[in-house]
Amino acid sequence: MKVLIPGALRSYTREGHVEAAGATLDEMFTDLDRRYPGLRFRVVDEQGQLRPNMRLFVNGAGVRDLRHPLRPDDFVAVVLALSGG
Amino acid sequence: MSRTTARSKSGAQSADAAKARAAARAPRRAATAPARLVVLVATRKGAWLLHGDRTRRTWKVDGPHFLGHTISHLQLDPRDGRTLLAAAKTGHLGPTIFRSTDLGRRWKEAGKPPAFAAPAPGGLPARSVDHTFWLTPGHGSERGTWYAGTSPQGLFRSEDGGDTWVPLPSVNDDPRFREWMGTVQDGTPDGPKLHSIIVDPRDPAHLMFGMSGGGVHESRDGGATWQTLIRGMEVVEGFDPGTVTFHDPHCVRLCPTQPDRLYQQNHCGIYRMDRTGDPAADTWQRIGRKMPRRVGDVGFPMVVHPRDPDTCWVFPMDAATVWPRTSPEGRPAAYVTHNAGRTWQRLDQGLPESQAWWTVKRQAMTVDAQPVPALYLGTSSGELWIGRDEGARWSLIARHLPEIYAVEVAELA
Repeated sequence: MKVLIPGALRSYTREGHVEAAGATLDEMFTDLDRRYPGLRFRVVDEQGQLRPNMRLFVNGAGVRDLRHPLRPDDFVAVVLALSGG
Repeated sequence: MSRTTARSKSGAQSADAAKARAAARAPRRAATAPARLVVLVATRKGAWLLHGDRTRRTWKVDGPHFLGHTISHLQLDPRDGRTLLAAAKTGHLGPTIFRSTDLGRRWKEAGKPPAFAAPAPGGLPARSVDHTFWLTPGHGSERGTWYAGTSPQGLFRSEDGGDTWVPLPSVNDDPRFREWMGTVQDGTPDGPKLHSIIVDPRDPAHLMFGMSGGGVHESRDGGATWQTLIRGMEVVEGFDPGTVTFHDPHCVRLCPTQPDRLYQQNHCGIYRMDRTGDPAADTWQRIGRKMPRRVGDVGFPMVVHPRDPDTCWVFPMDAATVWPRTSPEGRPAAYVTHNAGRTWQRLDQGLPESQAWWTVKRQAMTVDAQPVPALYLGTSSGELWIGRDEGARWSLIARHLPEIYAVEVAELA
């Protein structure tokens, strides 16, 4: 699938759009970490939970459960939550 | 307005006194010749390195490093004089450790940053590291060993120079410690911290640390087992000092030339402990009772002299009502004792006289080891100060930085 990488994580990927594989969001982040070491831990904590203030969208729909299934033609956006002042 | 003019005479006297004390100490423990120093400044929005000349008069600024990252601590490895570790996170991204072996020219992320173990089935609740708060190089004989303290409270060790970190289950997964730590809900708004990790210079297996909250603890076997060190420490009125979780040490320091002496700045006062050889008899003495009453003895940093175990410094803050955590009356000052806490003197020459509402966090004040040491402090308003002649004369090194979380000074190889 195609993955949109937020600016804060482009020190790992060096580009805004990358390809990844995996049957779930969790597997997708494992695959991304294989290609870009260290990336997963910045987004997913050691207990397998999406970190607070991070948001994931699969084909435009917000998802928090990392067990969410993915298809090869899905588009996943990794986004930093916007708020504050 | 600063006090530079108004108190120049008393400042000169203090400076002369500092030099006289340095001369008096010289026969006992000769200080090294002036070295090249670097001041390591960790802030809410990045890190800076300030390289000083041998007179500590001019400073070359190197930074920002990691602009936008919250850097809780930046430490140089004294065993090689060139390896830096930085504890980092951003508002959104998880925590990590960056490492440089060339004084910050190039940084590489840790392969395995501090992270709690998965919980045992049916065991204690799972925890996740929010940020690494404290970094301590290991013993001089154990090259490559480092310790890290995290929020929520956790203790971690690296044996490969900070690349990979392992949790110490004797602390992180021990039911007693977990009770003393409480939950994140029980902590302060910035999160509960494990801090003040101390390695006895005489024995790499003798470790100590503090928890805000959760007391002071020590191990004599390299972290396999632990004992509490809270006897004599006070707690907030109405609570039982025998309950470890109520104890809130803010900063604990060991005197490098007299390792059986500890000083502590606590939520409830300033303390000294002289070890007796019998752990059951070791008791903290509240030496802050000799501080001026209108200033009080609450603060965060504790700084010990590199050679004189009778000298230490604190930086009091306003702990009245809702705990403003500002300088008392808007008049910042360090306080020093030269007799192990029997008397204290105010050190404010050069610091603002009024309407200065900043304060100094627990890692943001330190001292160098030059023949006449200078103090360094970073403020919550982003100013970096040097206190020449052991704090007798303060002047600005830098301002307009982000909120300063930690200041360390190191000698370059």
